[in-house]
Amino acid sequence: MSCQDARELLDAYLDGELDLVRSLEVETHVKGCDRCCLARDEYDVLQHSLKKHGVYFNAPKGLEQRIRSRLRSDKDSQRKHLIPSTFPNWRPVSIAASIAALIVASAIFFGTLLRPSSTNVLAQQVVSSHIRSLMADHLTDVASSDQHTVKPWFSGKLDFAPVVKDLAAQGFPLTGGRLDYLDNRRVAALLYKRHQHTINLFLWPTSQADSEPETLAIKGYNLVHWTQSGMTYWAISDVNASELRDFVRKQRQ
Amino acid sequence: MTTNAVWKARRDRFEQTVLPHLNAAYNLARWLTGNEQDAEDVVQESYLRALRSFDTFQSGRDSRGWLLKVVRNTCYTWLRENRGKTVTQFQESGQEPQSTYADPETELIEKANSDLVRHAIEALNIEYREVLILRELEGLSYKEIAHILEVPLGTVMSRLSRGRKELQLRLFESTREAKT
Repeated sequence: MSCQDARELLDAYLDGELDLVRSLEVETHVKGCDRCCLARDEYDVLQHSLKKHGVYFNAPKGLEQRIRSRLRSDKDSQRKHLIPSTFPNWRPVSIAASIAALIVASAIFFGTLLRPSSTNVLAQQVVSSHIRSLMADHLTDVASSDQHTVKPWFSGKLDFAPVVKDLAAQGFPLTGGRLDYLDNRRVAALLYKRHQHTINLFLWPTSQADSEPETLAIKGYNLVHWTQSGMTYWAISDVNASELRDFVRKQRQ
Repeated sequence: MTTNAVWKARRDRFEQTVLPHLNAAYNLARWLTGNEQDAEDVVQESYLRALRSFDTFQSGRDSRGWLLKVVRNTCYTWLRENRGKTVTQFQESGQEPQSTYADPETELIEKANSDLVRHAIEALNIEYREVLILRELEGLSYKEIAHILEVPLGTVMSRLSRGRKELQLRLFESTREAKT
């Protein structure tokens, strides 16, 4: 990567907004470039002085109360809200409502019968997230191959602290992390490499009891799912099932 | 349920969803309008506007971003009406502000005090100022900022980068002046 390109991406890199591949490219360039190192230091100094000098303006006391009372006396939004109830002809509305209710009720009824189990739905979501992550064009990735960078990156972005292990010595180097969205919540996604293959490890808190690893195969990907110490884990990769189970064993140690 | 009760329930839901973001709303309005009284007016007006369009807000979505978008639009309307010429359409200039690139200057910036920092931010062009506020003070992601400003991600990235460089320069200049 040229210095010019790196400079253009430097802010996004330092903000943790680049995808993993570009991030690593910028990181490599910055390490060997004095100018970029200086620019990085300037970034740090600016962050520091913005934090140190407390330039945030909090709302003045009493503003909340003033807003509440204005909201209570706001005639426009009340009037607007009243319009549907003054609808002149009720009959077509009630017929339409009955039909709609019937459609909703039958959708719920058949939906329940036909709905796949929640684990399967989740497994499908995990596969989709994994495939999306391989495209590496989304801007939410963290940039690092160091667990001490990856873990703090998540703080403030998640309502839990993920356990981040680097398994480089065991043949599964950590290459970065990412925020993802699964099971209707934000989750941590950790990326590991096994030779040329990517392993995604998704984790988030759960109230379920501990469970032993369970292996699944969907669309040519192997998945291992388990629950441990209040966290639920999904590992997914195109490495073979025994290697993925080996990865899981090392994670669980 | 009577219409009145429906109305109340809706307003309560609105308050629970959006009032927790009052500081964020005020901070943005304060930085965009430049003074306390106008910021208060704009924030009050924004909450009224937001309540009137609360039907368009889908629960479970990012309520802070939704509110900040309303606040920003209200600020711009206010600025157009009250400042007239001062809000001219921003031109994305191709010229990069020069970086400072020297250690003694970095040192100077570290010594800048709160007033200098505030003045330096205030002196920034509004398009740089707003991305800086949303990123540095609210900690929003590029994606969230892009959504509020209705601009592409790349624009957020370049405005933020230029805004920071310009802020560094201004801080450097004002600390040097303060010293002499």
